Amino acid sequence: MQILTQLVFSGIALGMIYAVIAFGYQLTFATSDTLNFGQGDALMLGALVGLSLVGLGVNYWLMIPLVCLFGIVQGAVVERIGVRPAIKIKSEFGWIMSTIALGIIFKNVAENVWGRDDLKFPSPLPESPIKFLGANVLPMELLVVFGALALMLAVEVFNRRSIYGKAVVATFNDRDAAKLMGINTGLVITFSYSLSSLTAAFAGVLIAPLTLTGATMGSVLGLKAFAVAIIGGLTSGMGIVVGGLILGIAEATTGFYLSTGYKDVPGLVLLLIVLALKPAGLFGQAAIKKV
Amino acid sequence: MTSFTIRTLAASLSLALASFAASAADPIKVGVNGPFTGGSSSMGVSMRDGVRMATDEINKAGGVLGRQIQLVERDDEAKNERGVQIAQELINKEKVVAVLGYINTGVALASQRFFQEAKIPVLNNVATGSLITHQFDDQPENYIFRNAAHDSIQAPMIVEEAIARRAFKKVAILADSTNYGQLGRADLEKALELKGVKAVAVEKFNIKDVDMTPQLLKAKEAGAEAILTYGIGPELAQIANGMNKLGWKVPMIGSWTLSMANYIDNAGPGGEGARMPQTFIQEPTTPKRQSFIVNYLKTFNPKNSRIDSPVSAAQGYDSVYLLAAAIRQANSTDGPKIKAALEDLKAPVDGVVTTYVKPFSAKDHDAITANIPVFGEVKGQRVVYAYEADFKKASEVRVKDVNAKGALAPVVKK
Repeated sequence: MQILTQLVFSGIALGMIYAVIAFGYQLTFATSDTLNFGQGDALMLGALVGLSLVGLGVNYWLMIPLVCLFGIVQGAVVERIGVRPAIKIKSEFGWIMSTIALGIIFKNVAENVWGRDDLKFPSPLPESPIKFLGANVLPMELLVVFGALALMLAVEVFNRRSIYGKAVVATFNDRDAAKLMGINTGLVITFSYSLSSLTAAFAGVLIAPLTLTGATMGSVLGLKAFAVAIIGGLTSGMGIVVGGLILGIAEATTGFYLSTGYKDVPGLVLLLIVLALKPAGLFGQAAIKKV
Repeated sequence: MTSFTIRTLAASLSLALASFAASAADPIKVGVNGPFTGGSSSMGVSMRDGVRMATDEINKAGGVLGRQIQLVERDDEAKNERGVQIAQELINKEKVVAVLGYINTGVALASQRFFQEAKIPVLNNVATGSLITHQFDDQPENYIFRNAAHDSIQAPMIVEEAIARRAFKKVAILADSTNYGQLGRADLEKALELKGVKAVAVEKFNIKDVDMTPQLLKAKEAGAEAILTYGIGPELAQIANGMNKLGWKVPMIGSWTLSMANYIDNAGPGGEGARMPQTFIQEPTTPKRQSFIVNYLKTFNPKNSRIDSPVSAAQGYDSVYLLAAAIRQANSTDGPKIKAALEDLKAPVDGVVTTYVKPFSAKDHDAITANIPVFGEVKGQRVVYAYEADFKKASEVRVKDVNAKGALAPVVKK
């Protein structure tokens, strides 16, 4: 029993890391039907910028808003350069290549600025574990779980309650109609990319003390998060959290009960099952495309 | 005579002179191949720096055969396919006379067959996979040499340390899923079997895995008293961090990669006490080693005066001197002649790791034998001698001894 709790806790911490990255995919999909495939690299840039700021002597907690600011700018750049041209000519796939390309460029820039080695991110909380329900948990893991939840909640509330959020929803439902109603849809889409990179950058500094920090830290995480977004459904914030937890816990438990060699398999099998039975994801609404 | 003709004459004369001079002092091109980026870069960069230093010394002393050595450095990013591309470039475009390097066993195995076919000697100065020097055992000539402690030396040393010296009865193996990790795991299991011990848990992890909880819990549940590792720095650090989190601390004993800077730095205090076989420890125990360390620190100025991977730097440095000695003896830069000279080096080569007395023969292409490596331990964020006795005797250079105990039977190729 104690083992299972330990595994589930580890799975939850891992799952929330995936979820908060996947949340970024969902944000841009919700306004423009496009995804930022450089999400993992946005996370990496956030973590490395954070590391540099901490290195300059900025306090960890003070550094977070600065990194978020950086994320906003970075997201806007990605949208303006990579996505807007594709949307303008109504290209179905142009944005896929351009966001991937930008991701690779960011990675190369990071390799040249911060070097290629994995670096240690100083932990703002004590590094000794605390006992919780008979299992060991790192304070940092709790911070990741609650930080991620708080961020997602804040964004959801913003989207559902504020007038700006209504503009986001309207843009998703019918971009042309929203435009006719006087909504600056271009700005809304840019904003959603900024918000998406903000969550990624925030996730980066949140998880950096747990994982290692380096130019390649985003690649595997970005991919796993994409699986989470598919499992949970790209249109549902709730689905993302559940999808993340499912994948995280599945990885941890199969690693122990089955074999660590097959750790990544169940999550991906689940992905295939979801795609076959419920292509919009567990919590997603099937989009009806009128042609 | 008009000034025009004089000028042309002078010009053509100087041109002829210049081309003559160039052919006499044509540099000897030597390929240097390793990962200078990514998770194994601390080994690759230290190796390259060691190679650069030795080359510099040789060139300042007049070069080899009156010619300067010119290094052609290429980053293989620890990727097999990059290694293959580089091999073809070095052979066909750069026309190197020999190659130094290879950190990653997988890359070496994928790339060196091109050099074998082109009859260009390869000196593996870091990669440890047992198969590397035996890949072409079925061919009449073998162009692959090595001056690193191969896994069939390291694995029994690790097992000896865990089972015999420290009397652990239950051990778990954690190895990564690369060629390096899995070949090493096989060697560890073989060595354990010779001691009549079976690992209580054998677990795998991937490069870039961030959570090692399942693997560690399995080892813990199986009652492991020590963890034997085969992986590279960043993931090894995650193992140490994972143990810290679970509040379960057992000794880590593993392959020499536990001495990598990115293990020591990322694991922090949790990484202390890890032990691994080392051919070289950054201690000035002989005059040769002292001057090597002093020069290295002066030239490359690494963080905290700690060489990122002292073993790679020392072996990289020695590999240049071995090659230079062979070229001198062969009096040629012809591949087969260099190979023949390497297999029969007349004069001993004074290196940092050891003094190489007949390091290679036609049948034996491994310069390091089981008696040369010692155990290092991570202590105070650097690698020191694990045993006081080894440290005291360190000034006596351990010379190659093919009959040294500990090495398993050579790999038999199927």
